[in-house]
Amino acid sequence: MRYIRDSLSQIFGNKPRRPSKEQQPPELLEIYQGKKGNLSKADVEAVRHEHHTGCCNKWQRRRWITLILVNVLFVVSYYFDVQLLEGALTASRFVGFHMADLNSALQVALAYKHIVLNLVIGTVTVFIMWLLLGGRTFCSWVCPYHLLAEWAEYLHLWLVKKKLIKNHTFNRKVRGVFYVIFALLALISGYTVFETISPTGILSRALIYGPGVALIWVGALLLFEVFYSRRAWCRYVCPIGVTYGVVGVLSPLRVKYNAEACHHEGDCRKICMVPHVLDLTVRGAAFDVNQDVGADCTRCGMCVDVCPTGSLVYEFKGLSKLL
Amino acid sequence: MSDKTTKKPKAKKKLSPKRKEQSRREFLRSTVLTAGVVGVSLLGVLPVVQGTSIRLRPPGAIKTPFDEQEFFASCIKCGQCVQVCPVNAIKLADLEDGFGIGVPYIDARAQACDFSCDGLQCVLACPTGALTHHLDYPADTRMGFARLSRPRACLAVQGKGFKGQARGADYKGLLRYDEVDRWNPIQVADYPYDLELCDLCVRQCPIEIRITQCAEKAKQAEASGDSGKVARVAEQHGNECPPKHAIALEPFELPNGETRMKPVIKEGCVGCGVCEMICPVESAAIVIDLDKTADTPGG
Repeated sequence: MRYIRDSLSQIFGNKPRRPSKEQQPPELLEIYQGKKGNLSKADVEAVRHEHHTGCCNKWQRRRWITLILVNVLFVVSYYFDVQLLEGALTASRFVGFHMADLNSALQVALAYKHIVLNLVIGTVTVFIMWLLLGGRTFCSWVCPYHLLAEWAEYLHLWLVKKKLIKNHTFNRKVRGVFYVIFALLALISGYTVFETISPTGILSRALIYGPGVALIWVGALLLFEVFYSRRAWCRYVCPIGVTYGVVGVLSPLRVKYNAEACHHEGDCRKICMVPHVLDLTVRGAAFDVNQDVGADCTRCGMCVDVCPTGSLVYEFKGLSKLL
Repeated sequence: MSDKTTKKPKAKKKLSPKRKEQSRREFLRSTVLTAGVVGVSLLGVLPVVQGTSIRLRPPGAIKTPFDEQEFFASCIKCGQCVQVCPVNAIKLADLEDGFGIGVPYIDARAQACDFSCDGLQCVLACPTGALTHHLDYPADTRMGFARLSRPRACLAVQGKGFKGQARGADYKGLLRYDEVDRWNPIQVADYPYDLELCDLCVRQCPIEIRITQCAEKAKQAEASGDSGKVARVAEQHGNECPPKHAIALEPFELPNGETRMKPVIKEGCVGCGVCEMICPVESAAIVIDLDKTADTPGG
């Protein structure tokens, strides 16, 4: 229950809750106590070095390959007329089965105020799929804008490091505000207003049906992210992320944090696109020795890759125990 | 991002003036971001209000000639209709159509819908019913309505014939020619004509072709003494076989008393755009109207 409540609260922009000492179990407090003053910078550096000599960025590589494969499958299906994955990311047919992007379907339902059976089938299929796979997994493993934004983010971080630009943050609550505004706009105006500017839809269609003027908007967003605000669209605007985030609240696929070996040095928070979900890795901030990362997490696995102590791992609730 | 953050006092903390200023700025930035992004998305209303986003839509689009709101709302902008069209007649609108971005349309002059698929594949592919599933046959649709917009340019009106490739050698458009290949549409450029009097718009009209086929079928059925069956089928589907006439060449008299022929649009026109596509005159003498005449045929 606490997981669901805290996840939703974080998705809609609230700061992660911190436990009081009374809420933390004694063994956790012991772990925290045991680390006090014991971790020199050199120690952390040594562990980090050891970690990085092995294979790194395993999950990032898998994720990029998956993301590219899914999008290429759309393109290939159309170009070679093999009916594998027809349509675009907003709605498609996978070997004949209807699939509908949950946020696009929601926009259509709100604007049109009428739903046909095919759309219900597609929505339910996709809902169950992402329920099993983690909700915002869509963002980091499928959304083509995510990949471009990731590259823009590298450029942004490099410019920040060179002290050429400064990152400007926004209040995270603004994404919830956008969500409500776009839902109301669809309901009141009767047009799917968000689709006009959705970089996910624009990019997916551009890949499959050829580029258009709309790519200028996507380019502008990327420039905004490179020069002004890190990952601004995904962090502060995109309602698709909120929709899938809410689905992910009930998902068994999560990233699990274990406080025992954690050095609290914060590498994971530095690399994370949604660092508020990793607030629990701060010393003293976890509720339990083992705790799941909130549903606003995109399950991208960057923290799993970067964590020098293996304190962050993927888990599939129920299944991990069986294996 | 450091361990220091854990040592915050529990009580509602007082922000330092610097932090206060930072959070005030962040709030301002967030407000501007909201206004900016929502503002940009609402710009999409302009083409709709100005009427520049109104276009020829695929068969079954739920719209009226003046109002495409329902169609825009119900379309999920996935392009599955584009993928199934055998002649690639359907395209997706770009950003200049505002709220109509990603919504399918047909540029009839470039490539009209010639119903090569017979079964209205785009309608069947549509996952949201934006192309209504209440259509069974090409003749059930009404995408627009043809009009002889430049009668003086029309070759038939001038009493002229036509010889050669209807749209020139470079034209990439496709049409189905039953006598060439029933299942694969070919390029119009690969099918030169030699006509004493140009009647391309009538000759290639998919509805008129269908009427001819129906007549042949009926003749065959009569020959085999099975006329009752055909009559029942025709009754059942009303407009299906044969559909109502869509276009015909009809005589008219010039002021000097000479008799000429001109294409006249009939009630059965579905607005598919093949006449506009095949018209050999630049620019086409016959076009598809989307305005109110589209719903009042013969009016």
